[in-house]
Amino acid sequence: MNKHTLSVLVENKPGVLARVSGLFSRRSFNIDSLAVGETENPDVSRITIVVNADSSPLEQVTKQLNKLVNVLKIVELDPQQSVQRELLLVKVRADRAQRSQVLETVELFRAKVIDVAPDTLTIEATGNPDKLDALLRDLEPYGIKEMVQSGLVAIGRGSRSITTGPALRAA
Amino acid sequence: MTRPTPETLAHRANPATVAAASPAPAVASPVPTSGAGSLVRSLEALGVEVLFGIPGGAILPAYDPLFDSKVRHILVRHEQGAGHAATGYAQATGKVGVCIATSGPGATNLVTPIADAYMDSVPMVAITGQVARPSIGTDAFQEADIQGITLPITKHNFLVQTPEELPRILAEAFHLAATGRPGPVLVDIPKDVLQAPTTFTWPPTLDLPGYRPTLHPHGKQIREAARLIAAARRPVLYVGGGVLKAGATDGLRKLAELTGIPVITTLMALGSFPDSHPQHLGMPGMHGTVPAVYALQKSDLLITLGARFDDRVTGKLDSFAPDAKVVHADIDPAEIGKNRHADVPIVGDARHVIDELIAAVSASAGGTAQYESWWATLNELRERYPLGYDEPTDGTLAPQYVIERIGELVGPDAIYVAGVGQHQMWASQFIKYEKPGTWLNSGGAGTMGYAVPAAMGAKVGRPDTAVWAIDGDGCFQMTNQELATCALEGIPVKIAVINNGNLGMVRQWQTLFYDGRYSNTELGTHKHRIPDFVKLAEALGCIGLRCESKDDVDKIIKQAMEINDAPVVIDFTVGKDAMVWPMVAAGTSNDEIMFARDVRPTFEEDDL
Repeated sequence: MNKHTLSVLVENKPGVLARVSGLFSRRSFNIDSLAVGETENPDVSRITIVVNADSSPLEQVTKQLNKLVNVLKIVELDPQQSVQRELLLVKVRADRAQRSQVLETVELFRAKVIDVAPDTLTIEATGNPDKLDALLRDLEPYGIKEMVQSGLVAIGRGSRSITTGPALRAA
Repeated sequence: MTRPTPETLAHRANPATVAAASPAPAVASPVPTSGAGSLVRSLEALGVEVLFGIPGGAILPAYDPLFDSKVRHILVRHEQGAGHAATGYAQATGKVGVCIATSGPGATNLVTPIADAYMDSVPMVAITGQVARPSIGTDAFQEADIQGITLPITKHNFLVQTPEELPRILAEAFHLAATGRPGPVLVDIPKDVLQAPTTFTWPPTLDLPGYRPTLHPHGKQIREAARLIAAARRPVLYVGGGVLKAGATDGLRKLAELTGIPVITTLMALGSFPDSHPQHLGMPGMHGTVPAVYALQKSDLLITLGARFDDRVTGKLDSFAPDAKVVHADIDPAEIGKNRHADVPIVGDARHVIDELIAAVSASAGGTAQYESWWATLNELRERYPLGYDEPTDGTLAPQYVIERIGELVGPDAIYVAGVGQHQMWASQFIKYEKPGTWLNSGGAGTMGYAVPAAMGAKVGRPDTAVWAIDGDGCFQMTNQELATCALEGIPVKIAVINNGNLGMVRQWQTLFYDGRYSNTELGTHKHRIPDFVKLAEALGCIGLRCESKDDVDKIIKQAMEINDAPVVIDFTVGKDAMVWPMVAAGTSNDEIMFARDVRPTFEEDDL
């Protein structure tokens, strides 16, 4: 099984997310991550879905997605040809003794401290999933009190935009 | 934004189904009305002849303007009846069937017929009332999230937010239901939207930027298919319901006769190719004919037209048609490669696909001579393994005989509507279908209770055609309340209840796979005559007849045929031990087909 990143352009209407996510569960697909937001066109939302699937079932679920009336276009983003990012907010135990070491790690990963309390630091980091995993691994020993992660968002490299690129329409 | 092209709007045979192609006069300057008024005027403009429904609190505002409308409303006795009637109407006429119900339980009672229509790709629009907008989400009286409930069983559904969008949404609903791969569309309308003042204009502009069904096949794929057809030695035309929906039956016959290739029609495609045609091998699948099942298994090329490799056709998938290359043409790209890999995928409307295939193979067709040994094998199988049945040894009436006689006496112009079970399979086997639109049944969903309301809908759509339901005693008890509707609304259907006193198909499986332990399949309609179907028919305003012996069968069928001013129910009391053969047991390979109990056909493998 391989990870695939699908960018799904949908009409920005109520209930569309439920149609898309419901379709995945109905056809026995697990969504690894899902992120949704408006695009440059307020009538269009973009859903980025990461799924673990072999290519033939993935083709089937893509075709089923294409059948949803509110789905405008589906593009699979090649990891080599796209930039992929997640956002991580993590609250780490950092008392006086540990604080400078934690800050050093933050520096190393080009992350940011966004909140400070006497015994914790809250850190914001963006990056691809590998980088965020590495950061978490380094922070782990200090004690992670709480964390939250966004779904992955991705965009193709180069000047081409998804509205002109090849869509994943069924043959 | 992409708009539907004139062709996607016009490609269905019936202009009444589609807004832009309908003859409805334009209403250019806005006419003041209510949401309900706008709904009814939209239905009129869409060319709707009839609604099947039941009023209730949330939908009540719609029933007031409906009272004055030229659109006929048929008051059913249960919303499930409304839904199946809409399906029967749609399947018999090719137009969009419409049903209407109130919120909550009214809407949830439509769920089964909607799911049924979804599985069989029936163009249907279901209109439901919803609680007023401010009450949505509060667990209000008779509130149900019918949009959420029907998400997986509709082609699309709408929750109307404002009265202004009603004409557009209704036009979109009808367009979606009728075009591409047809299917049910639900429009949920809050009560306060129906009550609110608005204006009505027509026609609306459809706004469906994500909906672009592909009708015309790719030329390259057609040429590739023609190349495979020219090279094949054991090809089969595997024909599904899509051919009927596309109105492609004339083309199918032309293609078949041009190439000399054997034809197999699935349960959903009966009538698309004449049963009497010498190239017709019958139905494939669990209860298909031996030659049809064998032809698939031994084929080197399946030319699949509007069929979907359903499990009831393929049997165990990995041993299905092991030597065949597959040309798969369907209007729904998601069907192609779903169950079986397609060597040549063709996305398109069956009519266009067949027309273009005819043109492509005309250039290269080698005539029928190239299939001589293939036909010799198939013809021998036809001779050795024809459809048939044994007379019961206990002196009871054979259900197959009854159904066969109905088909003979009533003839190929009538519409036959089956329930689900043994009687459905016998009706598919022993009635000869010669014309499209003469066989209606619940294929994908297998909905017991389909027959009576679907027959009602078919008769409403084609009042001059005889409509015979072939029902079982189990099925009949699920929806016979609609006979009251038929009696009062002047819908003279015939219902042949093949009454074996049991849930026959389940009993057959218990005989074969559960050591004859008949757990909960005895219905008591024989033993106790509860209910007495003749008395029940009379109570529902119908003529009730009973037939218990072979000698009376013809006489009673003829008697029923002569009655045209009331619905007729015939209780054919038949034996309980008859079984449906041939049979490919669920989950087994088509190669394991049983011709009769403990009888495996022998195939001359060396012939091939």
